[in-house]
Amino acid sequence: MKQLLLANEAVARGLYEAGVKVVSSYPGTPSTEITEAVSKYKEIDSEWAPNEKVALEVAATSAIAGARSFCAMKHVGLNVAADPLFTMSYIGVNAGLLIAVADDPGMHSSQNEQDSRHYAKASKIIMLEPSDSQEAKDFTKVAYDISEQFDTPVLLRLSTRVSHSQSLTSFEERQEKPLNSYVKNTQKNVMMPAMARVKHEIIEKRIEEQKEFAYSSNLNKMEIKDKKVGFISSGIAFQYSKEVMPDASYLKLGISYPLSEKLLKEFASQVEKIYVIEELEPIIEETCKAIGINVIGKEILPITGEYSVDLIRNRIFGNEPFNYLSDYDMSKVPLRPPVMCPGCPHRGLFYALKKLKLTVTGDIGCYTLGALDPLSSIDTSICMGSGISSLHGFNKARGNDFMKKCVGVIGDSTFVHSGITGLIDIVYNRGVGTVIVLDNSITGMTGHQNNPMNGLDISGNATTQIDIELLAKSIGVRRVKVIDPFNIKESISVIKEEVETMEPSLIIARRPCALLKTVKYTGKVYVNREKCIKCKACMSIGCLAISFKNNQIEIDESLCNGCGLCINVCKFNALVKKEE
Amino acid sequence: MVKSIVIAGVGGQGTLLASRLIGEAATSKGYDVKVSEVHGMAQRGGSVITYVRYGDEVISPIIPLGEADVLIAFEQLEALRWLKYLKKGGLLISSTQKIDPMPVITSKMEYPDDIVEVLSEKVENCIFIDALSLAVKAGSTKAVNSILIGRMAKDSDIDKDTWIKALKKIAPLKFIDLNIIAFELGYNFS
Repeated sequence: MKQLLLANEAVARGLYEAGVKVVSSYPGTPSTEITEAVSKYKEIDSEWAPNEKVALEVAATSAIAGARSFCAMKHVGLNVAADPLFTMSYIGVNAGLLIAVADDPGMHSSQNEQDSRHYAKASKIIMLEPSDSQEAKDFTKVAYDISEQFDTPVLLRLSTRVSHSQSLTSFEERQEKPLNSYVKNTQKNVMMPAMARVKHEIIEKRIEEQKEFAYSSNLNKMEIKDKKVGFISSGIAFQYSKEVMPDASYLKLGISYPLSEKLLKEFASQVEKIYVIEELEPIIEETCKAIGINVIGKEILPITGEYSVDLIRNRIFGNEPFNYLSDYDMSKVPLRPPVMCPGCPHRGLFYALKKLKLTVTGDIGCYTLGALDPLSSIDTSICMGSGISSLHGFNKARGNDFMKKCVGVIGDSTFVHSGITGLIDIVYNRGVGTVIVLDNSITGMTGHQNNPMNGLDISGNATTQIDIELLAKSIGVRRVKVIDPFNIKESISVIKEEVETMEPSLIIARRPCALLKTVKYTGKVYVNREKCIKCKACMSIGCLAISFKNNQIEIDESLCNGCGLCINVCKFNALVKKEE
Repeated sequence: MVKSIVIAGVGGQGTLLASRLIGEAATSKGYDVKVSEVHGMAQRGGSVITYVRYGDEVISPIIPLGEADVLIAFEQLEALRWLKYLKKGGLLISSTQKIDPMPVITSKMEYPDDIVEVLSEKVENCIFIDALSLAVKAGSTKAVNSILIGRMAKDSDIDKDTWIKALKKIAPLKFIDLNIIAFELGYNFS
């Protein structure tokens, strides 16, 4: 019987069935659930690596060592892993290697909208692209045969709507793959100029062979129905197109790279008018146009944002969907941007930073929400690890005095991911500045993954925990302080003291994520009406549970988790906690 | 036949569980099913919508605008925001709960005070439930999702036993009884 699975879970099932032995990944929405699901299979040795580069190097070398291996990441994670990616294309594999990369058109949970297909083309690695969960599983399995047949890593491109949609998927048994023998082979596995020159010639030939493979492979599906209109599409965009015009002709590309020009021409020769429907970059479209196939693509469809059935229908036919509120002024409807959860430990720290009116270099995680109203205390956020190196950038540009008004913030998992190198840069290059590690004992935004800072492995078992205080000291940070971000008074006083010192300083703001099962706040907070002077200080922490209604402060019982941060902010003792 | 259901709410309200519950019930009836979820940053107290479609053959997991048979809203403002998904003659089931979004908390905007009137006037087929109070009656504010699904189940083409079985499979073990009580309260709401 078929089961309803997320495509991410289906990839995990595919890995299991393909006899994969090693999985190393770093979490990132929308890719995270693949490795989480893998961790439930005891036949697969899985781990969370500190970052994507490490993860890919581990998986790549396990493949060299003879085990079918896998690595997953989000699109921006592939930037981090790009270094091993490009050279692994030259080295190839022993047992198969699959790298899943999940793009995020529409940026549901990302800082940019890059199209990973460019990486396939740039690194000359074959890329498969499923449209639903069954394909996610099937393509995962076939990827290992392709990897071993062509001596190449394989990329599997997912996107948010594929990864996070559930559809029915059939299961098969696991095929055990004994370890391939490992034989030392420096010509193949050591990339120095002499070896790499030989290899580059080989991968150029490999791509030509793969174009032939793409022509005959059933991963690409041609369906000729109405010869007047045809669509070339892939991934989720194929599903949308199919819903708009079920009776048109289709060339569904399961192999995003390399494209078979012969196949494109064959389709074009049978269909009068062709639309290329691809989210983000016009990669298929440009290939078609370069070989003289006249297609309609980005002149009617956007490069930005995600597609939908409505969008495609509108751009092709001009249809407007039915709407009960077509004459209602939607500008009156307030937006609902994401906010930190009630009880979030970051809220206390950002409240303190706002009070101190500091310039704050930020990073990627739940705490990036500290940039939004009403905490509004983050100045910059570029990528994972930038919270620390950006602080040094301010220092270099604006001098040491500016560091008295500036701090860098970074999460615990992010600090291990790529923050430590930034901190070494500050120390080594005689920088000053205060770095605050927001240690909430978990990788939060991606849905609670363990990391080297909390001392638990992917399965929740105890392992060696990083001693961040010792680590800081060993790289030359002499000042290390630990604060509780809910103790606002202490937090303000410690931060004030540290920014004044003209040397590198590390503050660890330590309090666990409120959503962790181990965190148990009890009771609810109530307003003592006699004491409340309606100063609204409690509202400045930006907690969803606190609002001003009917001319008084109201606390929504269904939202309050009793963390008590607001009590610490009220100077009039008007907020009190009642235990249930 | 394809049935399309949009579930809208605020991150943390349990919309994900609701969509998985419908998905499970439809799967056990042998339908083709697709469920689309929201993970990551959008889950953090933001406006979230999930999609469930079931029928003979479902193509896109995402429901086109103006084509949902049912819109289940966990919060008033979200009912208003996502009404654009409901087809003409479709059914709106909305909780009357209000959760102020940040632009309202920071006094940049006002929470519209006429949502129930506007929706009642425009949508022929709508049901408003004080799901939060019913959930409290069932034993926890967290049971809002089972109340709303219970109400939807009554008008669905899937029988009650199937819904209860799906609930037992999907709900966290500790909260199965609570969710069944909540489901019954929703089912019997008129």
